[in-house]
Amino acid sequence: MKLIFERGSAEQHLTLLPACDVPEVHFEQERQKELHLPHLCENELTRHYTEIAKRVHGVNDGFYPLGSCTMKYNPKINEDMAALPGFTKIHPLQDVETVQGAMEALYTIGESLSDIFGMDGITLQPSAGAHGEFTGVMLIKAYHTDRGDLARNKIIVPDSAHGTNPATAAMCGFQVVNIPSGEDGCVDLDALRAAVGPDTAGLMLTNPNTVGIFDKNILEITQIVHDAGGLCYYDGANLNAVMGVVRPGDMGFDCIHSNLHKTFSTPHGGGGPGSGAVGCKEFLKKYLPGPIIVKDGDKYDFAYPEKSFGRVRSFWGNFTVVLKAMTYIMTLGKEGIPEASMNAVLNANYMMSLLKEKYTMAYDEICMHEFVMCLVDLHDETGVSALDISKGLLDNGQHPPTMYFPLIVHEALMIEPTETESKESMDEAAETYLKLYDLAKTDPEALHAAPVKANCRRLDEVGAARNPIVRYTF
Amino acid sequence: MGSYVPTTPSEREEMLKRVGVGTLKDLYKNVPSDMFVKELNIPTGMSELEVRAAVTAMAEKNKVYKTILRGAGAYNHFIPAVVKSVTSREEILTCYTPYQAEISQGVLQSIFEFQTMMCELTGMEVSTASHYDGATAAAETIPMCKDRKRTKAYVSATAHPHTIGVMQTYCFANNTELVVLPAKDGKTDLEALKTALGDDAACFYIQQPNYNGLMEDADAIAEIVHAAGAKFVMGCNPIALANMKTPAEYGADIAVGEGQPLGLDIAFGGPYLGFMCTTNALMRKLPGRIVGQTKDADGNTGYVLTLTAREQHIRRERASSNICSNQQLCAFTAGVYMAAMGTVGMKQAATLSMSKAHYFASELEKIGLKRKYEGEFFHEFVTEVACPNCAKRINDALAENNILGGLAVDGGILWCVTEVVTKAELDKAVAIIKEVL
Amino acid sequence: MNFPVELKYSRDDEWVQMIDDTTALVGISDYAQSEMGDLVFINLPVVGDAVTKDEMMCDIESVKAVADVISPVSGVVAEVNEALLDAPETLNADPYGAWIAKIENITDFAELMSADEYKEYRGI
Repeated sequence: MKLIFERGSAEQHLTLLPACDVPEVHFEQERQKELHLPHLCENELTRHYTEIAKRVHGVNDGFYPLGSCTMKYNPKINEDMAALPGFTKIHPLQDVETVQGAMEALYTIGESLSDIFGMDGITLQPSAGAHGEFTGVMLIKAYHTDRGDLARNKIIVPDSAHGTNPATAAMCGFQVVNIPSGEDGCVDLDALRAAVGPDTAGLMLTNPNTVGIFDKNILEITQIVHDAGGLCYYDGANLNAVMGVVRPGDMGFDCIHSNLHKTFSTPHGGGGPGSGAVGCKEFLKKYLPGPIIVKDGDKYDFAYPEKSFGRVRSFWGNFTVVLKAMTYIMTLGKEGIPEASMNAVLNANYMMSLLKEKYTMAYDEICMHEFVMCLVDLHDETGVSALDISKGLLDNGQHPPTMYFPLIVHEALMIEPTETESKESMDEAAETYLKLYDLAKTDPEALHAAPVKANCRRLDEVGAARNPIVRYTF
Repeated sequence: MGSYVPTTPSEREEMLKRVGVGTLKDLYKNVPSDMFVKELNIPTGMSELEVRAAVTAMAEKNKVYKTILRGAGAYNHFIPAVVKSVTSREEILTCYTPYQAEISQGVLQSIFEFQTMMCELTGMEVSTASHYDGATAAAETIPMCKDRKRTKAYVSATAHPHTIGVMQTYCFANNTELVVLPAKDGKTDLEALKTALGDDAACFYIQQPNYNGLMEDADAIAEIVHAAGAKFVMGCNPIALANMKTPAEYGADIAVGEGQPLGLDIAFGGPYLGFMCTTNALMRKLPGRIVGQTKDADGNTGYVLTLTAREQHIRRERASSNICSNQQLCAFTAGVYMAAMGTVGMKQAATLSMSKAHYFASELEKIGLKRKYEGEFFHEFVTEVACPNCAKRINDALAENNILGGLAVDGGILWCVTEVVTKAELDKAVAIIKEVL
Repeated sequence: MNFPVELKYSRDDEWVQMIDDTTALVGISDYAQSEMGDLVFINLPVVGDAVTKDEMMCDIESVKAVADVISPVSGVVAEVNEALLDAPETLNADPYGAWIAKIENITDFAELMSADEYKEYRGI
């Protein structure tokens, strides 16, 4: 398909703005370089973007079981509410008296999330999961710094963690101590005991972990870290398994981020905007990024925590994203929240039971909201890799699962159906997976060649990286 | 009330049976039994009608002003109808990060187009796929500029206070010293800059136009910064970029900025959009996603995420940033906005905003509200106020007439005029202010 | 795979070619490049920097991975092969021609193997 710059003609433009009704003023130093932007009539413009949209696979295009991404249905009411002019047309620096409804919304979801997290304080400033991780680990840093406990310069991260965990710890000035996982994919308690010490600032962990298992030793894990003087940070990437069922605060965690764009149904938008709300226990509240929202009687106001480590972005957060999550929580309520999680777990286990007929599970036990298959045997036997199966799924109109993650499982495919998938759609999807398994044995070449029905064939990533072309040249 | 779960009770029984457990709770066998939540302390779920009523009631408690004369980092520009129409398409709204390139060509191509447009606006050679906002983009440039010898970062006090705040947070995080250079007459103090930058200076950041709305003497600043061997980072207003001398022409090494003016609602501060552009020489130090053009197995042109070995999922603790997502839907929106506006429309928006702001400034001056700082400005300026309570009285009077006045800042009011404000509205505002004074 | 007999090899898959008693060229072995797959970039060491045996000297990138190049010697970087910046594929095509750095003032060596010993070590 053509690039937008290759369409239209230089003489075309839309009539959008009126003539200037005051004397014109120009910069003393104007840009010298000619400005090339697209030049299309509105019809051509919308056709271009319709064509773009047709080359995208959305949640409504079919089964989307991306492990650790929680691609659940994004309810329409959320969009409607976030688009209300009373929210979209208000300036972030209006006097608080004139934005009490917006403050109420932020306060309301803050209270709900705190309860779901089992935490006491909250900030809605972080714009994404990784940004929330940064905020959470900064709470740990601010805590130790404030106490003068400056020797605590290490953050412990299991080798099964998302790459963002070690990257975040490093970004916050900590050294990363990677600890190996046990054979069950869970934290190896002995390895943890050996890793903690007077230099331990904290532990970053997700539970259920990245192989989809709830770590039954969770209380012991957080206790070991606390006994060593460190704090425990909960990566909420997998919160969809346990919301309203178990609270990270009750597992012994001191702070948490949650991806509102996963667990709380706000759309991913192709990679943002998300929201990475961060909750913390009472003793960390004074370090939260400012401002936070406080309520005094019926009135809401901004307040700056006493020892805030500073702000993590401009203004107050991804406000309209937060509104969508608020709408979702109001819709589900205290009954619907755990119901969603429990059904997410049921769906994963059901899907696993269907695929187990042929595929090898990395950890063959009851899973939480997702599970990991290991395709090493299939690969050894047929030469068909997890990548090949994924590309085969594309030809069957399905979005593949997460591939090659976590790193501790080789030839991994990680499947998270979410609770909004019906039994019917899972039955159909599983049939495709099993069919591809058979195809790998009978015609591996067909899978090496896949996809053939997508918008393009496999792309030359090596060439793209060796000779980067990152913009159109006029 | 409901959780969007499609499974019927009978299907649930069938599924539980197949899995081999009796109840949903049995699936949580690893959870210590006393750890289960008995009941959440949040309200019962509601029907869609009730939710709509409750949330709408919140929205209606907010005051939406007909006329907005306030900016300070959030700018109320015209958004063509086509922008909302295109960006609300379900596929674009709901899809995930384009890891599966073959079925994500639309997203990838739109990022490639966005990168191209940002390179055009800034004059730089490379752009990322976008960042959380202008402030975090500014903060994330610091690790790009640091090396073992150059460890100190500098920022002008004339940058947006939130940008400075975020830079301070990021620098506290990775133990980098950040120096805030004082301002003089509302602009960066060039003499102070010359004295401050030493052998250990990694970078200096200014905002153009700055927080006071003034155009910085970026030519002179570029010279001083480069003479000291440091990198010059400019935070630019993207609408102004349609007309003003580009960061590339000033000699900037990195150009960043807040992309909100490019078709995004002011929306109480977010979601917004950070952009980041640089030279080919610094390309591999960029944090965040970049899309590249390539060929598929049949030789057809296609797009992929590229230079990914810089990023956290591969480099883990040695990545220069933990960022994984961009603000894709916002970047997409900005792309559609720029495509709709085109060169003509972008330039017109810049000229209209600038001209109207100058008209407003001169009319205010006629009634005694003088500009606090001399010098060229774009669409924002600070006026002095005569008495301590004047700013509040002026804004209260404007508010009564459905006008959001300028932001009270130290010693004055920071005004902003964009193309959506008419001359008649400006004249009305001036008349109201005149009454107060 | 090819392992020239005139070179020495480290346990971390680097080769060393002595120029004189205290100067050597270093690069990655044929085995290393084949394990990494198509290389797309190298972050070269900095001229004038000291390198230490068995410690990271620089890194190389494929599309999906990054790997450390571990210095087989202790010394000072005298020169780097800047041609690799524009043509990292040379590391795949000609690993022994694609020297990464010239190290001088060498004071110490990692445990180095002959071509035969290295082949046995890698089970080739």
